[in-house]
Amino acid sequence: MADTEQDEAAPTAVSVTINGQVVEARPDELLIAAAERHGTYIPRFCYHPRMRPVGMCRMCIVEVDTGRGPSLQPACMLPVAEGMVVDTESDVTKKAQDGVLEFLLINHPLDCPVCDKGGECPLQDQTLAFGPGESRFIEEKRHFEKPIPLSPLVYMDRERCILCDRCTRFSREVAGDPLISFIDRGNETQVNTFPDDPFASYFSGNTVQICPVGALTAVPYRFKARPWDLDQVESTCTTCAVGCRVAVQSSSNRLVRSLGVDVDPVNHGWLCDKGRFDFEANTGEDRLVAPLIDGAEASWDAALTTAADALQNATVAVLGGARLTNEDAYAWSKLARTVIGTDDVDCQLGDGLPAECVLGLPRATIDEACAADVVVLLTGDIKEELPVLYLRLREAVVDRGLHIVELSAADTGMTRYATTTVRYRPGEAAAAVPEVAGLLTGSVVCVLGRPSLAEPAESITAAAAALLEVAPDARFLSGLRRGNVHGALDMGLAPGLLPGRVSLEAGRVWFAAWGELPETTGRDARGILEAAAAGELQTLVLLGADPLADFPDRELARRALDGAGTVVAVDTHRTASVARAGVVLPAAAYAEKAGTTTNLEGRISRLNQKVTAPGTARPDWMIAVELAYRMGGDLGLESLEEIWAEIERLAPSHAGITRARLHSREGLDGIVVGREPTAPSHPATMAQTEAPEIVAAAEQGETEFTTVVEDTSESAEGEATAPASVAEAAEEVPMDEARPEPHAEAAATEAVVGTEPEADLDASAGGTATAPEPLRWTAGSALPAPTAADSYSLRLVVTRSLYDAGTLVQRSPSLAPLASPRPLQVNPTDLDRLGVASGDEVRVIGSRATLTMPAVADPGVPRGVARLVWNQPDDPAADLLDVSAPVTDVRVETV
Amino acid sequence: MAKAMRPPIVMARFGVDDGHTLEGYLRTGGYEGLRKAIDMGPEAVHAEVEASGLTGRSGGAGFPAARKWSLLAPGKPSYVVVNGDESEPGFAKDRPLMERDPHQLIEGSLICAFATGSAQVFLYVRGEMALAQERLAQALTDAYAAGYAGTNIMGTGVDIDVVLHWGAGAYIVGEETALIESLEGHRGMPRLKPPFFPAVKGVYMQPTIVNNVETLSNLPWIVLNGGAEFAAMGVNRSLGMRMFTLSGHVNRPGNFEVELASMTFRDLFTAPEYGAGIRDGNQLKAFLVGASFPWLFEEHLDIKLDIDEVQQAGSMLGSGIVVMDDTTCAVRAAWNLVRFFAHESCGKCTPCREGLSWLEKIMHRIETGTGREDDLDLLLDVGDNITPGLAWPPKQTTICPLGPSGVAPIISSVQRFRDEYLLHVKEGGCPRGRH
Amino acid sequence: MGRLSPQNVELARQIIGRYPRPRSALIPLLHVAQEQDGWVTDEAMDHIAELLGLTAAEVLGTCSFYEMFRREPVGKYLVNICNGISCMLLGSEALIEHAEETLGVKAGATTDDGLITLQAVECIAACDGAPCLAVNYRYVNDVSHVGFDELVAELRAGSRESEFPPHGTTTRVRQHVEPAAWSGKGADGLPKVWIL
Ligand SMILES: Cc1cc2nc3c(=O)[nH]c(=O)nc-3n(C[C@H](O)[C@H](O)[C@H](O)COP(=O)(O)O)c2cc1C
Ligand code: SF4
Ligand code: FES
Repeated sequence: MADTEQDEAAPTAVSVTINGQVVEARPDELLIAAAERHGTYIPRFCYHPRMRPVGMCRMCIVEVDTGRGPSLQPACMLPVAEGMVVDTESDVTKKAQDGVLEFLLINHPLDCPVCDKGGECPLQDQTLAFGPGESRFIEEKRHFEKPIPLSPLVYMDRERCILCDRCTRFSREVAGDPLISFIDRGNETQVNTFPDDPFASYFSGNTVQICPVGALTAVPYRFKARPWDLDQVESTCTTCAVGCRVAVQSSSNRLVRSLGVDVDPVNHGWLCDKGRFDFEANTGEDRLVAPLIDGAEASWDAALTTAADALQNATVAVLGGARLTNEDAYAWSKLARTVIGTDDVDCQLGDGLPAECVLGLPRATIDEACAADVVVLLTGDIKEELPVLYLRLREAVVDRGLHIVELSAADTGMTRYATTTVRYRPGEAAAAVPEVAGLLTGSVVCVLGRPSLAEPAESITAAAAALLEVAPDARFLSGLRRGNVHGALDMGLAPGLLPGRVSLEAGRVWFAAWGELPETTGRDARGILEAAAAGELQTLVLLGADPLADFPDRELARRALDGAGTVVAVDTHRTASVARAGVVLPAAAYAEKAGTTTNLEGRISRLNQKVTAPGTARPDWMIAVELAYRMGGDLGLESLEEIWAEIERLAPSHAGITRARLHSREGLDGIVVGREPTAPSHPATMAQTEAPEIVAAAEQGETEFTTVVEDTSESAEGEATAPASVAEAAEEVPMDEARPEPHAEAAATEAVVGTEPEADLDASAGGTATAPEPLRWTAGSALPAPTAADSYSLRLVVTRSLYDAGTLVQRSPSLAPLASPRPLQVNPTDLDRLGVASGDEVRVIGSRATLTMPAVADPGVPRGVARLVWNQPDDPAADLLDVSAPVTDVRVETV
Repeated sequence: MAKAMRPPIVMARFGVDDGHTLEGYLRTGGYEGLRKAIDMGPEAVHAEVEASGLTGRSGGAGFPAARKWSLLAPGKPSYVVVNGDESEPGFAKDRPLMERDPHQLIEGSLICAFATGSAQVFLYVRGEMALAQERLAQALTDAYAAGYAGTNIMGTGVDIDVVLHWGAGAYIVGEETALIESLEGHRGMPRLKPPFFPAVKGVYMQPTIVNNVETLSNLPWIVLNGGAEFAAMGVNRSLGMRMFTLSGHVNRPGNFEVELASMTFRDLFTAPEYGAGIRDGNQLKAFLVGASFPWLFEEHLDIKLDIDEVQQAGSMLGSGIVVMDDTTCAVRAAWNLVRFFAHESCGKCTPCREGLSWLEKIMHRIETGTGREDDLDLLLDVGDNITPGLAWPPKQTTICPLGPSGVAPIISSVQRFRDEYLLHVKEGGCPRGRH
Repeated sequence: MGRLSPQNVELARQIIGRYPRPRSALIPLLHVAQEQDGWVTDEAMDHIAELLGLTAAEVLGTCSFYEMFRREPVGKYLVNICNGISCMLLGSEALIEHAEETLGVKAGATTDDGLITLQAVECIAACDGAPCLAVNYRYVNDVSHVGFDELVAELRAGSRESEFPPHGTTTRVRQHVEPAAWSGKGADGLPKVWIL
């Protein structure tokens, strides 16, 4: 990645003369980037700051004199050198660039008026600004069959293609899925796939975004809008926990497109296709637009009253919240603990890790992981679950030789990039750690998540403890996947937890301002569902939770929903679980509300509203406030500003993260909170627990903005910027004030907020002058050893895939077809031993069910193991999985 | 008149029927140069080659071989790549060298690898040269079996592998960085120099020597006879002997190995032991010294086959000399050449990919009757956008020199034969009718 | 047809073993595939991709760059008449027209009996033998119109089969190296790369 690295320590600067002005450039910086930083924009098509330069389009050639007289050089391939004299405006430069432009146009169709890119097309812009008028080319243009599908999501118009190698380079270099290539030669060159082998990459949408012309188009956007009709805001993708920055675009109050925004610490401008296209779900099937009581539409008043009645003086549990904003989650956390009076809250659905493990281990950022000496993966398949984290780590492997040590039960998308992969028996992760102990030298970051639903969280926490034993200085990057699960945890949506990463016990005095808090620690998702199933819960609140799809014990989830007195669902879509709710309160979805979200690093970034919610759907926090009123309480929260102010005041980990900071230039990349909240609480080191130290800002200060953004941001919450700045075209325009020039930002980021919480407290804010002890993680009790399976059994591994039967995919028409039933995956030797041919149907006998399904040979699955993918349209895993035992063994037989 | 003919160096075995076999090769002094080189040690070999003044024989700029070797970045694995992709129109010299004296090439490349400390040689042979491949495959098999290649060469403890690699039809792959791309299994698209100078970042991004078949074929002789002996032939930069393919309208086309700077083009075209005169006693119209380079004419007949003299005349001493007599249509000849380069453009950079095929279309139009008068200016202006200033040596807006190569015939022919172009426009096609 | 035969897979392994990085064997393997089937099938490209750890698109990208690789069947004999400058000066254009008449097909097409595919090609490096042609990449120099017709008659009669093996076979002799003689040092010290 050429010039994106900003090596602060680099010894000297070089001075270069650009159009008569002497400017300072970083050594090795490419001329095109140095010139741009100093306000001279050199036109380009093939150059992209996040990919290796190829110098192919020749648009950026300028006259350069390095002492031997001026010559034409491509600015995108030329590192600056001391004394270099550059003329980007000389007659020779102009003639050459005009010539290139003319060459690009001779075979380019003149269909701008009907082209999706028209109005935001660098080629069109260049032509209008500088290009030749009348065409001197009177021959026939090159012909290709008009748009052909490269994949279900991306179409290619080869007549428009200018062969810049951006999409093909992206697929090869960045995504690692070289499924498109230049084909044929010379003037006949085209970009295409191998016949019948589509460009099935999770990252294909990025190629559309970086295509400098209208050759690549995305199915969800084709013909949907014209650039000049577009409004946009900058926001954060909440599809998964990576939290990529996006520009959300709408036309006539309807979302039409998402574009990746280039922020250095997170997504580098990239998005996965799910995050890019699942905005379709907002207007997709089953969207809730009005409250329902017993399935019938009702007024808000009636629905809220009914819900409030069900919550009043009842045994209540609140499940979910990982899809809410921080503000929503805070309001609900407060509502549950105070007005409702329950600690039976859990934003995870038995598919994550204990809160104290996620919040209480020393944390790492994505950048730290990428810069580490070793990254240990003990988590789900990040290519499937956290796609852009996969891109970042892959880049670190490919570009700088990061060592990845993977501990997993079967192959993942990352396996091929791992230096070492250790296969462990499902349920016995900790046993694998000593095997890699010798590799854990230097800085170690562990990505810790839930590798398999068929393996208990305890197996993973035990492995984390074992890891700290051998690498005491290891830091952890959470591998939990749900959009704002980290924010929800930070806001206390877990049993025994309060906002700001403190336990209910430790925070009891501090949070006295909230009012009375529950006496004892509540139940987690499993406990809640068991209670519901046992008829012990009068009311179960589902906060955007769909236990019927997500809870690993589907049988229990069913019984729970049947056994709960009243189910109150606050959700955006009618899911299977919502269908069983007595009261349904429609919530505003992504891009329909503002707020903040927190990613897996603990990075808080802003969410902005772009469209209005359909019908009468409203933000979850408002629903919480309304319910409180109706229950005779008062959350004291009237606006997002007020909520954030209270979070900043009360949540110890968030002290100092003021709204002003989040809305400053610094906030555009998001602010990492509590990276260093606790000392590792492993037995060996738990003695010295340090006071919380908030280094978020210091962290930020090290990261400069890239000089090129794929987009500009909104200047104020919800306020749209001119459509001229969208997409690729945005790369060609200067950043607006919201993303100031990089040198301007140094000062802004200097404001290190190392403030201790109490410094900001007025006496009335908390109940005490001393902030509570932050949450610490202690290695849990030893997990029960799985019983040895008999030699005919296969131990289940249940993993996830990007496209699943979840709401976002299934309600997005473009994505839904990409999720398909998955067979049982078994090692070829085991399949042979069973006498089954790959693809044949087998009978799978588990303690819970016996099912018939196809089995395929997969060498990536070790012997003795069988893999299923969770939550697919035809979901056998859910029926087979037995979470009452530490591991699930199944027998596979021929039918 | 030309000096007396010198005994050939690289073509010495062309008269030996079994010169291509190991037996025939050994009988005629084969592999003695390699043995001597190993005895001398790498530095001494390098010094000898330096003293010889041997320059690259690919038929381009003629870079001194020894200087290229010393550019090799040290301390990394390095490779030797033999450029046997000969595809430039008019060039047909490397092919017979590979067919008729494969061991000489193998020995030469082993000497090069030994001198530069490389452990592996890639012999990249143009895909269309079936016989050359067969002869080299057999020669390598025999050389390995007899201990002249591979592990412990001739018992000296030197290990150098040689692998025969074959192309698949793409002129551009003759360009050294494209050759490297191709050797790595990619599309043969050139890399930009800088930064990708083969000696710094070549095959697998490691330091790499790319030398032409003929260049390397000279090495056994130079090692055996000494660099001074070689440098005693020729003058200045034009030292030693060099092969030229003479073709077109001469009575006696063929490959000739001549002492550089020892004879004029007139000698070459007319001397009975060389071209033996222009066919049918016709007049010369123009001659090519390389399809990529500006054309030369009558007034250049008395310059010598000397790198510097040809350069002063505004062209470059290539290895394929094509004679056109006065019955030739200049437009058609230029069109043929432009068509070649347009067809062979790799497509990587815009000016060459789009510009050359545009030029080809215009040329085609003029030759076949739908040209316009302002097409001449258009030709030159489009050409100018590929090679600004239409100068020699060419500047380029392209990555590699192929783009400008495609413009060279246009510049030469339009400048010299403008009237002929105009006649085409006026008469609605080639006045000489169909060809 | 299609995927490489077991013998060819064995051959492919040998070829791959001669290169410090496997992808270098791509073009040689495409030749092996073309020799097997007379052209390069999609199945063969898929198979080669498997053998080299590439995607089929990468294999196709390389394959399609080079003219010798045919992605649809051609005649048993590919007759390439050189139309480079030296041959053009000595009548190649007329020779091509003559060939089209004799064979009854235009350049680029295959005779109805599937025997001969005629092509006009760029310089084949036999300029001193102009006008020249190559049958399955084996050269014939100084071709007259009569000579061309005789050649076609012989190809039809099958009397020159030993000289011109069927299309796809460019080399009947392969480099053979006893494993002990191969030093393999070319791979020493090469850094690992992820993007080939
Ligand atoms: C378009 C183009 C085609 C070339 N074709 C050949 C070729 O067919 N054979 C060759 O030896 N060199 C060819 N060259 C030159 C090579 O790039 C390289 O300079 C040469 O192999 C170096 O060998 P030498 O120094 O021994 O001459 C070509 C260069 C260009 C720009
Ligand atoms: S000049 Fe032509 S042949 Fe050379 S790199 Fe550019 S497109 Fe390819
Ligand atoms: S941007 Fe530099 S060559 Fe394309």
